[in-house]
Amino acid sequence: MARLIATSPFEGLDLPLEGGGATLRAAGPGPVWSIAPFRGREAAVARDLGGVALPEPGRSVAWGEGRLLWSGPGRALLVGADPPAGLSAHAALVAQGDGIACAVLEGPGARAVLARLVPLDLREGVFGVGATARTLLVHMPVQITRIASAAWEIMAMRSMAGTLVEEVRRAMRHVGARTRA
Amino acid sequence: MRLAGRGLYAGARPVAFRFDGATLRGVEGDTLASALLAEGVRLVGRSFKYHRPRGILSAGPEEPNALVTVEGVPNTRATVQEIWEGMEARSQNARPSLSFDWMAMNDRLSAFLGAGFYYKTFMWPRSFWERVYEPFIRRAAGLGALTGLPDGAPFEKAWAFCDLLVIGAGPAGLAAALAAGRAGADVILADEGPRMGGRLLAEWDRVGGEAPHLWAEAVLAELASMPNVRLMPRTTVTAAHDGRMFAALERVGLHRAPVPDLPLECFWRIHARHAILASGAIERPMVFPGNDRPGVMLAGAVRAYLNHWGVAAGKRVAVYGAHDDIHRTARDLRAAGIEVAAVIDARREAAVPDRADWPVILGGRVTGTRGRLGLRRVVVEAAGERRVIEADALALAGGWTPSVHLACHLGARPRWDEGRGAFLAPPGAVPWMEVAGAAAGETSTAACLRSGLAAAGAALEALGRGPARLDLPDAEDGAGAPAPFVIVPGSKAFVDFQNDVTVKDIRLAAQEGFVAAEHMKRYTTHGMATDQGKTGGVLGLAVLAEALGQPVDAAGTTTFRPPYTPVSIAAMGAGGEGHGFAPRRLPTSHAAAVARGAPVVEAGLWYRPLFFPISGETHWRESCDREVLTVRGRVGVCDVSTLGKIDVQGPDAAALLDFVYSNTMSSLPVGRVRYGLMLREDGHVMDDGTCARLGEGHFVVTTTTAAAGQVMRHMDWAAQVLRPDLDVQLLSATEEWAQFAVAGPLARDLAASVVEADLSDAALPFMGCVAAPVMGVPGRVFRISFSGELGFEIAVPARFGASLWRLLVAQAESLGGGPYGLEALNVLRIEKGFLTHAELHGRTTAFDLGLERMVAKGKDCIGWAASRRPGLLEEERERLVGLRPLAPEAPVTAGAHLYRRDDPATRENGQGYVTSACWSPVLRTHLGLAFLRRGPQRHGEVVRLVDGLRGHETLCEVVPPAFYDPEGGRMRG
Repeated sequence: MARLIATSPFEGLDLPLEGGGATLRAAGPGPVWSIAPFRGREAAVARDLGGVALPEPGRSVAWGEGRLLWSGPGRALLVGADPPAGLSAHAALVAQGDGIACAVLEGPGARAVLARLVPLDLREGVFGVGATARTLLVHMPVQITRIASAAWEIMAMRSMAGTLVEEVRRAMRHVGARTRA
Repeated sequence: MRLAGRGLYAGARPVAFRFDGATLRGVEGDTLASALLAEGVRLVGRSFKYHRPRGILSAGPEEPNALVTVEGVPNTRATVQEIWEGMEARSQNARPSLSFDWMAMNDRLSAFLGAGFYYKTFMWPRSFWERVYEPFIRRAAGLGALTGLPDGAPFEKAWAFCDLLVIGAGPAGLAAALAAGRAGADVILADEGPRMGGRLLAEWDRVGGEAPHLWAEAVLAELASMPNVRLMPRTTVTAAHDGRMFAALERVGLHRAPVPDLPLECFWRIHARHAILASGAIERPMVFPGNDRPGVMLAGAVRAYLNHWGVAAGKRVAVYGAHDDIHRTARDLRAAGIEVAAVIDARREAAVPDRADWPVILGGRVTGTRGRLGLRRVVVEAAGERRVIEADALALAGGWTPSVHLACHLGARPRWDEGRGAFLAPPGAVPWMEVAGAAAGETSTAACLRSGLAAAGAALEALGRGPARLDLPDAEDGAGAPAPFVIVPGSKAFVDFQNDVTVKDIRLAAQEGFVAAEHMKRYTTHGMATDQGKTGGVLGLAVLAEALGQPVDAAGTTTFRPPYTPVSIAAMGAGGEGHGFAPRRLPTSHAAAVARGAPVVEAGLWYRPLFFPISGETHWRESCDREVLTVRGRVGVCDVSTLGKIDVQGPDAAALLDFVYSNTMSSLPVGRVRYGLMLREDGHVMDDGTCARLGEGHFVVTTTTAAAGQVMRHMDWAAQVLRPDLDVQLLSATEEWAQFAVAGPLARDLAASVVEADLSDAALPFMGCVAAPVMGVPGRVFRISFSGELGFEIAVPARFGASLWRLLVAQAESLGGGPYGLEALNVLRIEKGFLTHAELHGRTTAFDLGLERMVAKGKDCIGWAASRRPGLLEEERERLVGLRPLAPEAPVTAGAHLYRRDDPATRENGQGYVTSACWSPVLRTHLGLAFLRRGPQRHGEVVRLVDGLRGHETLCEVVPPAFYDPEGGRMRG
């Protein structure tokens, strides 16, 4: 029997993209779930998550094979793992993995490229490894997480993947031209 | 004239550039102004109003006169623009040429062209203002012109963050940055010049026992070596905003030959926890008749050209001023071997330095200048005697105006400081900013260094760091008395060079009652040019004060507003051109649709196909009609993923939905879908859509494409603010699902070919929904219809969207069907009388739409009370009807207005308007949806449709809005 074929949000967009001392590559984060605990169920949610509380604002924590990213007041994204059975009794769970275009921007020039795209203070002391923020990349809502000293994970809306690549490409060109000039 | 061996660029690489077509030569490091002066070019532009010959007044960003067009960029300050090999510069506002400008007759007519002349003169006839007078005035007055072509050059915007932003890299800024950098703070040091150092580059009084620029270089080298310090040359901080945000404009590529992809400018938004304003001071010219002639220059600029660029302003230079700096200028000129014609001190009693071996005229007044296109003679009156002094340059030292602009951007007004003879920023003007150096009224290098260090100390304390430690070098520490204002009235005594505002204009303003600084400014245009009155602003206040016989600060000051210097729109809007204006949201079927030649249209931010042409079709209507008939006769597939999907979960999910929907959702059984209406608080309809109940406490709300964000915001507001008592969570799932409508008599056959579930009427009745595998993937199926045909919407996780679309289309084609686009979708829904935002346009109520029964009576909801207001339930209201033209081929046009058959088509007779219209290929007639007074009571009446915009008129019969299958048997099954 015929089966549906999965396509990447970056299909046809020629990733990885290089420029300005940075690389943008598509990342397959695996399943992604929104977790929004119902009233007073934060403790039950933490218990079901094996004693891991949802991360503080702007933070991420490891969870099993995956990660939990703060994604708004009282909310988190579970990335790279499926939620434990029974969690839906205590929290709204909504699958989000297909709605996300996830890419990693990395390299020595990545920070300069990002400085042209997002209004975030990316200094180590302010936005270190593990920090996450919901912000705007030019006009696009994104969630950005620093996953290494010079690597940032960018989650945008799937439908905006083309614009994401265009915006990063433009910033890379400008940063690259400054380096060459 | 370039002086061999002088300045900081001796031996630098030569650079050839062009000015008004002539090839000239300068050296690397030259600004256009220094290079022009070195080549003996004094005439650089024509003035705004009188087209008077103008030269170079200053050596910095305050330049009012020397504005040129460089590589197509108008109003470039020659004093800021660096030259590069092959650069093309042109003078502005001169016709036909700089040396002969016929518009200079304005100068002869100046007696009639004073401030406000056109308000008084060009009053009659009224219609002439727009067509004759204004175009003429605009052509005569002005600076550079844009090319009118799109600017293809790259620009960029960027963000930066720091603990401390130091604005200006003169002695105060360097001292502050060094102290803060050593204390470990993250520092950004921004300076408008290409080379940091400020006045340390322009003077040669020693600092720390060495030439001042060497001390600056040593400090800059140390700063450059600190990882916590970022140097931003060529970056003008243009604004201080709320929340510790600063705007800055960096010249990235403007100073060099074009490099591919290199932005010309970068517009920075800098967030700094604290800032130090060390922006220096701007020298004032002296006011006297003919003070604008090329060759008349600020004294500080004369020294800067001499000491920084090794260029002499003239061969025989006179100096005129009212404070001790005049002799410093004479000293530097003499040291460079330039003849000093005279030092004219406006003060009657003033010390003359012992070493002064130049003629000094005490109590002198310059009363005029001579020389058609450049200065030749200076007329001086002293002790009742008139003397004419031969000089080709005149240096003016009218005192210094601290650059407090940025300290006043948050609303503070500068205050007059009598001791320093200057307007200073009041303490705390910007709570997170210290003002230091000349910007704080200091005049000597030593005082500026001390002030910078003190500011660093205050800033570090505010940042919780410190202390600021620095051994300051020895430096010149002479502070003379401030310069008094010396105004010599007469013809053409200019105060604002760039807008050609004279002493006479300001006196006229005072005479006519414009006695407040803000009024005088508006009457005369004083300070309103692109230089924002940097050189002449305070002089204007002084002239006004003198005219009114009051102290200089009595009339108040004008307001400092961002930006400090002009910012190109291209930089502020960088990246916003073309598709950079907004993100493009592409559905998963996009590539396949485009491959089929479907034109796409923006809906919200989404791009949706309009129709899918097949070979032989030349007009959209052919494609659209075919697609409509396909859906009515066979089966069609349409991507509806763009509709908003809001996942609502929680014990109180149903209660929240009852509150946001006008109709009841709590009674909806699991596995069923209901059409719902949301009202705004004012009782009008906000959006419509379906709501599916997937579980006891789990719903999915569907919104229209364009209103998805608005509805999400509205529901979040309702949940968080209006009903915090409810335990419910809202999350968007729009992007997670690719969803395709399958509609038509064969829809079940098509749906069943991919869905692994029983889709019979019994198993999945109309308005039912079910979770079911779709070709092995967990999906959802909704039995809903926006076409009036048997319909299913099949949803799968978005990564399978592209695949499912192609399969559905292929399967549809084997059933004689195919894809359909927005045009067909629109026709199908008009035939059924279904609504879109053409009808839900924000001014219509449920009553107007014939949906008043959807406002449930037994419960409260947002907008319920307001929707019951008598005015919103009046029979006279314009209410939804269908329109059918008497002649089927006569178009119904959206936007047309409706009148009684025999009434004239005037506003008073208006009966309503058309919101949607189409050709129905099924009913073989044009159709329209319209809002008509007492509409539902007028079915059968013939009304007159008049489209004033398109010049079209026709007669229509008023009918119920559902034209096709009004009973709905086709979709219910």
